[in-house]
Amino acid sequence: MKIIIPIKRVLDPYTQARVNKQTEQVDLTNAKMAMNPFCEIAVEEALTLKESGAASETIAVSIGTGKTVDTLRTALAMGVDRAIFIKTESELDLQPLHIGKILANIIKREEAELIIMGKQAVDNDNNQTGQILSGLLDYSLGTFISKFDLSSDASSVEVSREIDSGIETRKLNLPAIVTVDLRLNEPRYASLPNIMKARSKPLETIELDSLGIDTSPRIKVISVVESGTKDRASKQINSAEELFSELNQMGVL
Amino acid sequence: MSALILIELNGSEVNASSRAAITAASQLSDSIDALVLTNDSSNSESVSKLAGINSVKMIVDDSLENVNVEVASKLIADAMSGYKYLVSGSSTYSKNILPRVGALLDVQPISDVCEIKSNNTFVRPLYAGNIMATVESSDETIIMTVRATAFEHSGDGGSAEVEILSTSIPASNSTFISLQESQSERPELTTAARIVSGGRGLGSKENFALIEQLADKLDAAVGASRAAVDAGFISNDYQVGQTGKVVAPQLYLAVGISGAIQHLAGMKDSQVIVVINNDPDAPMSRMADLVWQTDLFGALKELNEYQV
Repeated sequence: MKIIIPIKRVLDPYTQARVNKQTEQVDLTNAKMAMNPFCEIAVEEALTLKESGAASETIAVSIGTGKTVDTLRTALAMGVDRAIFIKTESELDLQPLHIGKILANIIKREEAELIIMGKQAVDNDNNQTGQILSGLLDYSLGTFISKFDLSSDASSVEVSREIDSGIETRKLNLPAIVTVDLRLNEPRYASLPNIMKARSKPLETIELDSLGIDTSPRIKVISVVESGTKDRASKQINSAEELFSELNQMGVL
Repeated sequence: MSALILIELNGSEVNASSRAAITAASQLSDSIDALVLTNDSSNSESVSKLAGINSVKMIVDDSLENVNVEVASKLIADAMSGYKYLVSGSSTYSKNILPRVGALLDVQPISDVCEIKSNNTFVRPLYAGNIMATVESSDETIIMTVRATAFEHSGDGGSAEVEILSTSIPASNSTFISLQESQSERPELTTAARIVSGGRGLGSKENFALIEQLADKLDAAVGASRAAVDAGFISNDYQVGQTGKVVAPQLYLAVGISGAIQHLAGMKDSQVIVVINNDPDAPMSRMADLVWQTDLFGALKELNEYQV
């Protein structure tokens, strides 16, 4: 069973997003970038399946300009077998529907039966791509999963989903797409020897234009503003009594 | 230019986020219908009395009790014929289903709308709300989820007619096994009016119980910083922040949290922020309406013993 792990390069989640006042767009010039944290969890789950013998091959896929290769190398250093890089000529504003169409193309070509991906990327916070991809491919779908058990004959998976009312457990027949939540696992770090080894692992580059997918924007970002963490007029208090009295006056108790 | 609201039911009651969706849709259209997928036709009662709804369309089948997304998305895509807008609240229910409807209709959905600027222009958060983007859709059909905290919750008072749609339920490749409902006596983190949240400053899992004790006293939910979760004080479904849960309660009481960017991003919209910390330079303190700069264990003891 082949597993495809779509991954995204994003602004490092511990870095503050800034707006370029001239372009009114998020400024990523010289920003520190990293693999989306949810994608790291997806990679970890795929590697666990490979190590257990359930998966024959793990393939990371990412879409972007040249620097996206760094993120794919990180996945390879974590232990993924090979990578597919969909190269764009410039920074395109690709939206989940476009990403879904591009990934669907690659998944059909690879005949992959299981797709493991993050539930959302921490830059655009759409929480859409896995769901869209499942609709395009008509694969079964398990979103926001915190538990994953492959059946012994690898024909289905049982997943636990973190939903508002609690934990829902479902059985998905393969082919399936799962989107992972925080609690699924603790992703590993790439060791130095593995980082070295990753340099010689296969990485295929495909020009986006060669796939013939319409990537004209459906949504235009007109402007962005920093909503920021505004400083507040902090009032000092010194006792529990004072605190409760203030909170009562504010009407929040 | 009519709008269809996907209604989420909790038992037989209409979810608060669906009520926010009605308010949002009323800014886009004066003809709003509701769509309900359910196993029980008597659930029409709570939906038909929603204010602002023209008609209620129901699809009723035993299999829709714990509906799977493959079936739901097909049923909703079919029901969208003739509608310009599909609006629903930002809940795990809608976030699961609506993007798949988008794929079936070749529409790019819009997540977590916080403000409606015009019939195709919306404001939504990026980077966990650190950035607010104004976005314009060029799709013929617009599919969106709306933040329940950003729109009034539309009330009752209507008397919409109910139409049961006769439709065949498509076959599906997934099956429901079980639902383990959250058993906590405490309010749910993302909808709680009050949250008491603890950070690395608590020092241990045992000490973190002081946070839980204070939360119970205030009828509050328990939250935690990523540092507290990483240190193993509490499981990560309590994590507030960019990679955890985004919250906006009336009261956010942060104890021993220094205020990493990713934590601030998840709670900065709280109405009143109280910080208890011994470090005057912690970024968290600048966000506070009230700051108690002190040893946090002394403060927690005093708060837990205080007779309200």
